[in-house]
Amino acid sequence: MTQAGPQLRSRAEGLAAALPPLLAQAEHLASTVMLGSHGRRRAGMGDEFWQYRPLSQGDEAREIDWRRSAKSDVHFIRQKEWQAAQSVVIWVDGSRSMGFTGDTERPTKSDRARLLALALSVLLVRAGERVGLANLGTPPRSGQVQLMRLAEALTGELSEDDYGTPQTPGLPAHARAVFLSDFMGDMDAVEAALAKAADRGVHGTLFQILDPVEESFPFDGRTVFESMGGTLQHETLKAGDLKARYLERLAARKDRLDRLARLSGWLYKGHHTGEGAQSALLWLYSTLERAR
Amino acid sequence: MWMLGPIGFTAPLLLLGLLVLPILWIILRAVPPAPIRRRFPGVALLLGLTDEETQTDRTPWWLLLLRMLAAAAVILGFAGPVLNPQVSEPGSGPLLVVTDGGWAEAGDWNKRRARIAAALEEAGRAGRPVALVQRTALTPTAPEFLSADRWATRLAGLAPQPWAPDPEAQADWIAALGTERFDTLWLSDGLDDPARGAMLEALEARGKLRVFETGRPVLGLRPVVYEDGLVRLTVLRSRDGLAQAEEIAAIGLDPAGVERRLATAQVGFDADAAWVEVELSLPAEMRNRVSRFEIVGQRSAGAVTLTDDSLKRREVALIAGRDDREGLELLSPLHYLEQALEPTADLLDGALEDLLLANPDAILLADVARLAPGEEAGLVDWVKAGGLLVRFAGPRLAGSDVSRAELDPLMPVRLREGGRSVGGAMSWGEPKGLRPFAEGSPFYGLEIPPDVAVNSQVMAQPDPALSERTIAALADGTPLVTRRPLGEGQVVLFHVTANAEWSSLPLSGLFVQMLERLAISTRPTAPDASELSGTTWAAERVLDGYGALRDAGNLAGIPGERLAARVPAADMPPGLYASEDRRIALNVLADEAVLAAANWPARIAVEGLAIARETLLKGPVLAVALLLLGLDLLASLWLSGRLRRAGGAGSVALLVLAMLPAPQARADDGLALLATNEVVLAHVVTGDAQLDRIAAAGLKGLSETLFNRTSVEPIEPVAVDLEMDELAFFPFLYWPVSLDQPIPSAEAYGRLNRYLRNGGMILFDTRDADIGRFGSGTPQGRKLQQLARPLDIPPLEPIPEDHVLTRTFYLLQDFPGRFASRDVWVEAAPPDAQKLEGMPFRNLNDGVTPVVIGGNDWAAAWAIDANGTPLYPVGRGFSGERQREIALRFGVNLIMHVLTGNYKSDQVHVPDLLDRLGQ
Repeated sequence: MTQAGPQLRSRAEGLAAALPPLLAQAEHLASTVMLGSHGRRRAGMGDEFWQYRPLSQGDEAREIDWRRSAKSDVHFIRQKEWQAAQSVVIWVDGSRSMGFTGDTERPTKSDRARLLALALSVLLVRAGERVGLANLGTPPRSGQVQLMRLAEALTGELSEDDYGTPQTPGLPAHARAVFLSDFMGDMDAVEAALAKAADRGVHGTLFQILDPVEESFPFDGRTVFESMGGTLQHETLKAGDLKARYLERLAARKDRLDRLARLSGWLYKGHHTGEGAQSALLWLYSTLERAR
Repeated sequence: MWMLGPIGFTAPLLLLGLLVLPILWIILRAVPPAPIRRRFPGVALLLGLTDEETQTDRTPWWLLLLRMLAAAAVILGFAGPVLNPQVSEPGSGPLLVVTDGGWAEAGDWNKRRARIAAALEEAGRAGRPVALVQRTALTPTAPEFLSADRWATRLAGLAPQPWAPDPEAQADWIAALGTERFDTLWLSDGLDDPARGAMLEALEARGKLRVFETGRPVLGLRPVVYEDGLVRLTVLRSRDGLAQAEEIAAIGLDPAGVERRLATAQVGFDADAAWVEVELSLPAEMRNRVSRFEIVGQRSAGAVTLTDDSLKRREVALIAGRDDREGLELLSPLHYLEQALEPTADLLDGALEDLLLANPDAILLADVARLAPGEEAGLVDWVKAGGLLVRFAGPRLAGSDVSRAELDPLMPVRLREGGRSVGGAMSWGEPKGLRPFAEGSPFYGLEIPPDVAVNSQVMAQPDPALSERTIAALADGTPLVTRRPLGEGQVVLFHVTANAEWSSLPLSGLFVQMLERLAISTRPTAPDASELSGTTWAAERVLDGYGALRDAGNLAGIPGERLAARVPAADMPPGLYASEDRRIALNVLADEAVLAAANWPARIAVEGLAIARETLLKGPVLAVALLLLGLDLLASLWLSGRLRRAGGAGSVALLVLAMLPAPQARADDGLALLATNEVVLAHVVTGDAQLDRIAAAGLKGLSETLFNRTSVEPIEPVAVDLEMDELAFFPFLYWPVSLDQPIPSAEAYGRLNRYLRNGGMILFDTRDADIGRFGSGTPQGRKLQQLARPLDIPPLEPIPEDHVLTRTFYLLQDFPGRFASRDVWVEAAPPDAQKLEGMPFRNLNDGVTPVVIGGNDWAAAWAIDANGTPLYPVGRGFSGERQREIALRFGVNLIMHVLTGNYKSDQVHVPDLLDRLGQ
């Protein structure tokens, strides 16, 4: 107890120190997206005024807007816009392979994934939606406090696993999901997770984040390739010869992801850490908005 | 030595190492290049992929071959390969080994000695008796033929001599030779000399003669010639036919007393040139330091030429009190001194502190009265260390209180106030002539021209020591030149001016002779035999055959006639010879010397030229090995795919190296550029913030006024810190006197004095005209005296009505600031200035007054704020504003005076000019 206290505190302070920059960065990124009207564009439950409609059969008398009706001979009822909030669950791959970057100048893949996840959360929370993190396992919530929780969860260490598999416990039915990963791991697990999600009527996006080095494979000479955790290992005498075949396999994997997504009504997109985060965020946000 | 065709090996056993190469081949073959470990998430996609080529896990054969070659080259290199190793001596009977033994052989003396040793060994093996003679050290006795090992022990003592063979000694030796028959090996230095023919004849008559010559061209340096400010050197060579580049170095002591290379020059021989000339332009200071010139890399006495007095010139520093008399060249205090000394001495010009650093032989002060404390201390130290300080009197010295009450350390005598004037309109006496010089005087024996007359002089105080300090006197016995020793040096005072104002002495030849006698003089350039006759010269330092200087030891004195002939010999080796304080260098080569290659008859076998020379191949072979290893490194990197990264790192390292010596900008340049591009008014920082603000605001107001009303367009005024800033850029300094201002340091006073001497002006403002008059002992007045005491300020007077300040721009008679005192002091007009008939003012063609002193608090009257409104009230009502206007007009006049000098004063000539033009 006496020892754990200071340790906990120092760790908490370290965490808090990292928190504002990530959140601020995410907010900054989110602020670049112009928020339009995000009502449901139809009458329903909500706070905002939607339209006046002449009274018709079946309408309750208490729905009549007397002020409006007094201006004419017909009775009008006042309808409000339907503003049911959507639940969005984001899964960010926290495996070791996400900690890779081919150049010290570039952010790691996990940095980019976390930034995008949080920025997306900021946007969604601002729009009044409920956001949750599949990694946490807690149900989606709305509000600033949830943002803080997400930010805290997203600033942690990477897990010990070499490659991540999508986690979908507590995925609410008919929610939306966003999977941010490099999808370098077991494809069957991805497929299984996707099938499970599709069963529950969840639609979403597979967002593959890759480092440019992983796309170009600029290696040559005798090399021992190791996975980030060191569990996988492959030795070659002429790395340059492998390039074509590696790229072939990578393209096949992308193709499989794309096909999977299309079959289950999801969307797939690839992204490089060498590109800017903003276009990726815009694309992600627009996919959520379109289906909403 | 083990021979393989034309190549021999000095360490052939090492060649066994080549046997190891096949083993090395097998070992190296088995080891593939080490892999790089690389973290890469995409490895998941690589799993299961196999390499298409499987043979690259072995080192490729060509890389192996490269390594084998490198290893073989290393082994071969250390085995000591030699191309064309030398072979042996045939023959029988006594063998005479003759070596020239002159300086020309010094460069490869060890090789020659080895050659002699080889010949001795060969003869020893064949049982031949051997004799060894050196042509530069011949004795009139027959050569003693001994067994070779006896000579081998004497070989170590054999050294080249720095002179040519003596024909007479050689004739004696030939005469003593007798009729004995012997074979001869002659090691020639490759130079022709007059006695060579006789030697050749004598040796050929007695047996078989073989000649050994290295064929290396011999280089020599003629004695240095100094003409027209240039040092001319001639490099000779014995063989032409090839273009050749050599470097010549001037060697001497640096200021720290360490011998080092002071200057170098490159000379290039054209293919057919036997000699080449190079001219060096050395600064006087450096030229005086040079003790010898040598050809770099030539280790022989002929490649060295010593310098003597003919290259050295006295360095004389000239300093005048003020030398800005604007074009009146003949009135310049230094004009006659410069004319007299220019041909014979190197004149230095500059600030006194800098000159002291240069440590000149003599310093001449023309009418300099007061020196800053730092300068004075430095000067005293310099004189005590042996310097010669010569001072000339003048109006400023006469007007100052230097050496009045007590003896100034830098004056030989005390002076009486004022001085005297004889032979003028207001005196009865005639101009005085000179009394013949007394016997103890350094001028004794000089003839006095009858037309030398003295009109004015400063007078020495009668003193018991006066007569012994007097070295020249006027006809009536008053001292004209006095001298006092100080430490190891001396101080000399001419009681007249250095120009013709006070006497006609500087116009006469006597003046030049007197300067010469005072050892500010020239020296003979080339002493000839008649000049040297009767003198005896002792060697100080002598050259050995290798061109190294060493102490002479106990060599007998040389009569001057013999030295003048300039032929070095055993008892007169080349070197530096001294007689009293004169020094003459005797060099190996004479002025007109040429180096001619020895021309051997065709019947004589000349070794060393035709035979292929022995070449050591160790170096090149090892270099090849190193090159191969470097190639191997690159190839290995390339094979393992690391070449690109290594290249990147290399280029980064290069870039970093290139960026390391970043240029450093000098911070001072900004101020200097600012102050020299524009007119800038400046004020002295007093340390009192309020006062400095007033001064800055005042100068700003004055600058504005100047900008609006005149063509002077100053920029923002500058605050000057006397301790830090260079003053030379500012034409004008405003110096408000504040009670708590620190007294500037000695260096700052040095700068201030230099500033005043170079025509700067300081306006001292005590700001106390409301409570006291000038010199009435107000606190500020006392502070001013304290501040100004070390300054070189001329005699002052209250500003006269016809002073040029009253009319440089506005016509003014009052110079008020916030206070309207008339007490403004400027440099006094010369006492001889007279008002001409019909002219409104006197003809005062003199420079700008260096100081203006007053207490009217001008800056406060000039001061404006950022909006241009006055900061401080002046007087009351309209009359106050009028006073401010006059104050501004005074400022304008002052700056105009500073910038245009006596231009307005010159206007008095206009009526004359108009008058003449009208005719």
